[in-house]
Amino acid sequence: MKGRHWLAERGVDRVLLLLVPGLVFVVGLFAYPVLYGLQLSFQPKEGGGFFENYVRFFADPYLRDTIWITLRLALPAALINVVASVPVAYRLRGRVRGKRFLTTVLVVPITLGTVLTAEGLIGYLGPVGWFNKILLGIGLIDEPLRLVHNYWGVLFSLIITGFPFAFLLTLSYLSGIDPSLEKAAATLGADWWRRFRYVTLPLLAPGLAITFCLTFVLAFSVFPSAYLVGLPQGETRVISIAAYESAFRDSDYPLGSAIAMIMAVVMVVVVGLVLLWRSTLYRGATGGKG
Amino acid sequence: MRPGAWLVWGLVGFFLVNLLGLVLAVVVNSLSVEWFGTWWPNGLTTAWYATAWREMNLLEVLAVTVQVSVAVVVASVAIGVPTAYALARRNFPGKRLVTLLFLLPIMLPPMTYGIPLATVLYKFDLAGGIVGVIVANLVPSVPFVVLTMTPFIEQIDPRIEAAARMCGARTLSVFTRVLAPLLVPGILAASILVLVRTVGMFELTFLTAGPGSQTLVVSLYEAMFSAGIRAQQAVDAMAVIYTGSMLVLLVIALRFVNPTQLVTRLKEPA
Amino acid sequence: MSDGFASLRMENVRRVFGEQTALRGLDLSISGGEFVALLGPSGCGKSTALNCLAGLLPLSGGQIFLDERRIDLLPPERRDFGMVFQNYALFPHMSVRRNVGFGLVMRRVARGERERRVEQALRLVRLTDHAHKFPAQLSGGQQQRVAIARAIVVEPRVVLMDEPLSNLDAALRLEMRTEIRRLHQELGLTTVYVTHDQEEALALADRLVVLREGEVQQIGTPEEVYASPANRYVAGFMGYRNVIPAAVSAVAGGGVVVRAAGALLRGVAQGGVGGGVDVVVAVRPSDVAVGEGENALRGVVEIVEYHGREQAVQVRLDDGTAFHVRTGTRLAPGDPVALTVPAQRVLVFAS
Repeated sequence: MKGRHWLAERGVDRVLLLLVPGLVFVVGLFAYPVLYGLQLSFQPKEGGGFFENYVRFFADPYLRDTIWITLRLALPAALINVVASVPVAYRLRGRVRGKRFLTTVLVVPITLGTVLTAEGLIGYLGPVGWFNKILLGIGLIDEPLRLVHNYWGVLFSLIITGFPFAFLLTLSYLSGIDPSLEKAAATLGADWWRRFRYVTLPLLAPGLAITFCLTFVLAFSVFPSAYLVGLPQGETRVISIAAYESAFRDSDYPLGSAIAMIMAVVMVVVVGLVLLWRSTLYRGATGGKG
Repeated sequence: MRPGAWLVWGLVGFFLVNLLGLVLAVVVNSLSVEWFGTWWPNGLTTAWYATAWREMNLLEVLAVTVQVSVAVVVASVAIGVPTAYALARRNFPGKRLVTLLFLLPIMLPPMTYGIPLATVLYKFDLAGGIVGVIVANLVPSVPFVVLTMTPFIEQIDPRIEAAARMCGARTLSVFTRVLAPLLVPGILAASILVLVRTVGMFELTFLTAGPGSQTLVVSLYEAMFSAGIRAQQAVDAMAVIYTGSMLVLLVIALRFVNPTQLVTRLKEPA
Repeated sequence: MSDGFASLRMENVRRVFGEQTALRGLDLSISGGEFVALLGPSGCGKSTALNCLAGLLPLSGGQIFLDERRIDLLPPERRDFGMVFQNYALFPHMSVRRNVGFGLVMRRVARGERERRVEQALRLVRLTDHAHKFPAQLSGGQQQRVAIARAIVVEPRVVLMDEPLSNLDAALRLEMRTEIRRLHQELGLTTVYVTHDQEEALALADRLVVLREGEVQQIGTPEEVYASPANRYVAGFMGYRNVIPAAVSAVAGGGVVVRAAGALLRGVAQGGVGGGVDVVVAVRPSDVAVGEGENALRGVVEIVEYHGREQAVQVRLDDGTAFHVRTGTRLAPGDPVALTVPAQRVLVFAS
């Protein structure tokens, strides 16, 4: 009897049985595979030491450089998406005419998918595409810009697919800030820039940090578009490609798993740094009702 | 303030015009007889849609896509909602750890855990078929349902359940007569989002599907990747079909979910 | 279902939340048909006690009996109690009629009988015209009446009410208070009522239980608690707004003479009060009269609030203590005044 009471006081009762299916699922199909992959990465296929796969990765520039290649794509893409979404979302935060329409239009790229985006980039930005034709036509350039099958193609693809998410999240965080705070600042004599700089932005910053993390993670794991609109064996040989090719083309699961782990670690480091910065910010109530 | 506003709208306009050009380029190409380096193709036809439908087994691919998505939605709701309920209603030792465990599959990109997951599924002979695809897609979907349903359940006053009990309702009646009707809107919203995510999920399906268990995204990718075998117009036709169906799903989704309330649930004045 | 019972007893009921003790050994016996109010400031454990009684919170210790039957291990749905929640907790997806009928459906009452009883309950709370509406379409007072109808339609053994009036505005609160009193008189249902409002408790209850920090301070009829509070906390809660430190200078029988605010006051000792001990005196503002006489205090009027027939006046006594007075005499800030209190209305407590 005592035991039942003791547990009940701490919120442990039969309701917690509802957790069982979910926990079994996430442990069996997420935690176990990840741990299995982790231990697999320490059992190199070709033999060698415990850390052989990791040593190989960092010794081979063809593998090692994928980290920089991916960061060079993911950091600018995430930064552009977040920075661009702030003013757009800021203009749309209140009740603005056409808000619903514009939001929907800006969210549409989610439906495009990698392939249509890739086909579209190749067709539209390609050397004979409409974009280059127009620039040539108005005499801005003398020869077509090379915008696909290289770094730029993948970057554009990441912006098109990543911007809607960044925008939606930012708009959502902004809507959570009580508009009367800005009105209060206005009555105290702050112009629009100082209202944004000293009231809205500090309240929005923690949300922006999360938005950055999510879009960064999305961009860092770029995979199909690096094949389709990039140079998969050259300047857009991103880390996902290295992991995939090791595991499934060369059937070297241990090396593939090791690369996946390295990928996770790099991501955790970047996200961790951003969250560390976020922890220095004010993160209390933003006055939103609800 | 004026020039700032114009600059913002100018950039948005530039983005949207280019996006429109990009989409139009694909749509026009999918409808063109031939289009090489000119402003406009030399003739329009819908023949490529028929070609895509026949040659790429679109019917079968669509059937697989529907089966996988429906199975994933049903299973993730069945597993995720009870978990969300327990997380919303109880504080217990280790709750933060459990929450983290459900957060990770959403925060980590599919490639990182997809490779070990596919390896494990191949080890147990589960991958390569439709079951493997469903199981793999559940990995981010169940946590997604848990994380969207937990705040939804939190905002349902627990005293309503207490009131039902005080009226003499047993656990089963509390669930069927009081809780379930209140949960329906949340479950609908979560389901439609899981549906959109699953139809659009490339990596996990790509890593676990075999011939005959590819969803639309993956077979589309394969078609484009093995370009040369297929006419580019047919690939574009298929891409247009994919985007069309995603657009329908998104429009439905937007009817149930207010996109600006992803992180904060506000009561917007109607 | 509602068989009469002689007594509902809580014996040494305790409840702990982690490190925090919300209820330390509550003993309370309620007889059938009685209206008992649990009264105290927020965090005193009154809601915890009610939830333990309802079965919504498991006990950390102690037992609850209905006559000789132990009920503290029964789940709430098998205790046959009705409850009215502070925020009403109406089922938002059901009409008023279905909300009220829910408990009868759960008890498998036949349809005809059910409809008859729902109509009767709706008539009782005067909501017949709104039976088809949904909770969101009702005003706060109407929602409250639905909640009450839902609780009483099953003719429960006990009705539990958790601050049912605190979400209503002042005028409606008075009206609903009368309504609750009327229902109790008509139906005679045993009621346990939780509130932090002493006026509400005094107006409604047959018996008051005053709680503080999980412990019972006093149990008694409204007259007993109002006129002779058991200690300074109950006094403070019962409207003895002036609680000022004092020292005993003489004791004679029940009467004491204390030195307080620079004056000698005669008063009545509540509980043991010895000579030379530090005590407090408690005086209700309305027991104070303006004018010279026995048992007088002197000071200067500082703040005057207009309350219709009376004024609430804050007087700064000669030694600097703020003293509250309700009086019909017109005063203005700055007026020097003398205040007198009848000796039997000066309560002296050990501090």
